[in-house]
Amino acid sequence: MSFTVPANLAAEIDELITHYPVKRAASLMVLHAIQEQFGWISQEAVEWTAAKLELQPINILEILTFYPMLRQQPMGKYQLKVCRTLSCALGGAYQLHHHFCEKLGLDAHKHGPQTTADGKFTVEFVECLASCGTAPVMMCNDAFYEGVTHAKADEIVKECK
Amino acid sequence: MSTTATIETKPAAPAIEKIKVKVDGREIEVPKLMPDWTGKLTPTTMIQACELAKTDVPHYCYHPKLPIAGNCRMCLVEFGTPALGPDRKPVLNPDGTAKIAKSPRPAIACATPISPGMEIYNNTPTVKQMREGVLEFLLINHPLDCPICDQAGECKLQEYSVDFGQSTSRFAEAKVHKPKAVDLGPRIMLDDERCILCTRCVRFTRDVAGDDKLGIVNRGSYNTIAAYPGTQFDNNYTLNTVDICPVGALTSKDFRFQMRVWFLKETKSLCNSCGTGCNVLVSSREEKMYRYTPRENDAVNGPWMCDAGRLNYKWVGRSDRLKDVLMRGAGQGGLVKTTWLTAINDISDKLKRAPAGSVAIVASARQTNEELYLLAKLKANLGALSDSVEHTGEADRLLVSADKNPNTNGARLNGICYTEIGSNLPQIAQGIQSGNIKTLIVFGEDVTTQGIGADLLAKLDTLIVSNILPNTTTQLAHYVLPGAAHVEKRGSFTNTKGRVQKFMKAVEAPGDARAEWEFLHDLVHNVTGKNGYVTIEGLFNQMAAEVPGFAGLTWAGLGDTGVTVTI
Ligand code: SF4
Ligand code: SF4
Ligand code: FES
Ligand code: FES
Repeated sequence: MSFTVPANLAAEIDELITHYPVKRAASLMVLHAIQEQFGWISQEAVEWTAAKLELQPINILEILTFYPMLRQQPMGKYQLKVCRTLSCALGGAYQLHHHFCEKLGLDAHKHGPQTTADGKFTVEFVECLASCGTAPVMMCNDAFYEGVTHAKADEIVKECK
Repeated sequence: MSTTATIETKPAAPAIEKIKVKVDGREIEVPKLMPDWTGKLTPTTMIQACELAKTDVPHYCYHPKLPIAGNCRMCLVEFGTPALGPDRKPVLNPDGTAKIAKSPRPAIACATPISPGMEIYNNTPTVKQMREGVLEFLLINHPLDCPICDQAGECKLQEYSVDFGQSTSRFAEAKVHKPKAVDLGPRIMLDDERCILCTRCVRFTRDVAGDDKLGIVNRGSYNTIAAYPGTQFDNNYTLNTVDICPVGALTSKDFRFQMRVWFLKETKSLCNSCGTGCNVLVSSREEKMYRYTPRENDAVNGPWMCDAGRLNYKWVGRSDRLKDVLMRGAGQGGLVKTTWLTAINDISDKLKRAPAGSVAIVASARQTNEELYLLAKLKANLGALSDSVEHTGEADRLLVSADKNPNTNGARLNGICYTEIGSNLPQIAQGIQSGNIKTLIVFGEDVTTQGIGADLLAKLDTLIVSNILPNTTTQLAHYVLPGAAHVEKRGSFTNTKGRVQKFMKAVEAPGDARAEWEFLHDLVHNVTGKNGYVTIEGLFNQMAAEVPGFAGLTWAGLGDTGVTVTI
């Protein structure tokens, strides 16, 4: 396994496991910790986690593939997350998502997050970002944007260096 | 060795309290506790009560021999329990019967325990609607490829569609497509589009086979059963998942696209690949076998069998099967074809003239109890030495026995071999070497690999061999009597635990090959001058009357699942 865990992360994970009555219960938190460190969770990381928690890799893969926000591939430097829950859907979220994809050369019809070849941008839909009154809303990494017009969208992309 | 046969009974359990429930208006008394999938007593569930009431509750994910998952919702029923007043006393109807408070919500019958006085409604318009709803959802993304699906004809989706399905689909949207023909392991092919995500396969391999290999990945409509990338679903029990998969998602690579199941004739039989003797159904059509599937017998194999045993049937159709009765011509002549009558009469004459002690018998513990019994009669008459040959392999914790003979105990009980099988072989070899043994009778074994080599065989006056497939011993024989595979005849085996079980004939033996007990009967008759039974029933019953180990048994009494004798 070509997966090495830095000492500080290993210590953090060992400590995390102590919070739970059975090791398996720590699965999600361990995955979070790994993603925090590496930005995504590789197959090697899955196997490492399974071994760590005395489980089968399939047990971890089930969790990893269940939660879209646990990443199975490296994400772009800038993650454009477009809300598509009801208010935003009505407010033009799909058009906005389409706009981003077109601008960045991505396929808007593909399932799941799409990343540009240069690894700079990832575009994806997310569910309600809790600002339904100012639809459509989105996030670029941790920054939050409301009432995003296509012009504003272009600006957001431009600001990503 | 005790002389009594005991009919297998569940261990005398302490009396279990009974409670009364009503199923669709009919009152029935059911035990308060019933065995769960491991056999442990747990509160009786609605589905178990309904089964005792002979009422079928449709279900997908529930399997009596797997942990309960409760995920398919097909088994939803309505129910009510006796109403209690504010004083916690039962509220009575004017006629004095208990008033039933009907639950406003349905419950899944597979996971809901019963309680005294409970009423289960399995047949109401609401229940029907719920099942129709569940089925409609299950079919939303289903490919409906029944015409080319191996499961067609034995598929729960098809069956329940007849009961609860709709003739037209209301689903106008595009179906989600999932992987098809996924190579899950060496023997299993998965069609994810057909899967209804009941998790029977996941639970089986995790909890029964002890190999936690399968899981559900992705989510929502994209849920798929999968093994971890780069790993194989390859334990020795994988094919059981094909049996328990209620739909055509898991298919056996061996059986895939080979035959429509409704053309298959099913014959009750046994696996003969090890001493466990798993009960099987042999599926055949026009004298060709297509598959073994396990037949439930809780005293032996439960509903399972191992993959190796299940797939070990093809040799029966091998083209090099012994099909002709052969006899060595005079002098240095080779083997020439002859008739059963000539060969048996010839052999009978030779054996009748053989001085006591000049004959030895090497029988096979793959033969049936009845055949070994007849050989034991010859042995007694001829004062012959006898033995059998050990075949061993690896055992596992679930079913597989280290004894690769299906009937070692049958050979022991009939006195053909002794506790230590094969212990007489050196003595037989010595007898041939010293010239005391002039005639050797070999059934189903290759003695040249057991210390009785070609040089010794060459010393014999007469080598009488019966087998199914050719080997070095058959090549050196003076008489070759082609025998029948166990699927080509009837008979019984005694497994490692003393379970005496019978099997039926599924297919015809090729060419002149014959069930060994038939020609052994003729031989015994000619040599001993005593008539025997010409039916397997009569023969078995005669054996049970004469051989202490089988005392008290009858062919009919063996039933479909056998009887245990003390070993
Ligand atoms: S493959 Fe078959 S047994 Fe496994 S979850 Fe799907 S439908 Fe159930
Ligand atoms: S466990 Fe033995 S008897 Fe059972 S299927 Fe396997 S080989 Fe046959
Ligand atoms: S629907 Fe988009 S923020 Fe709530
Ligand atoms: S059989 Fe009860 S929920 Fe599936």
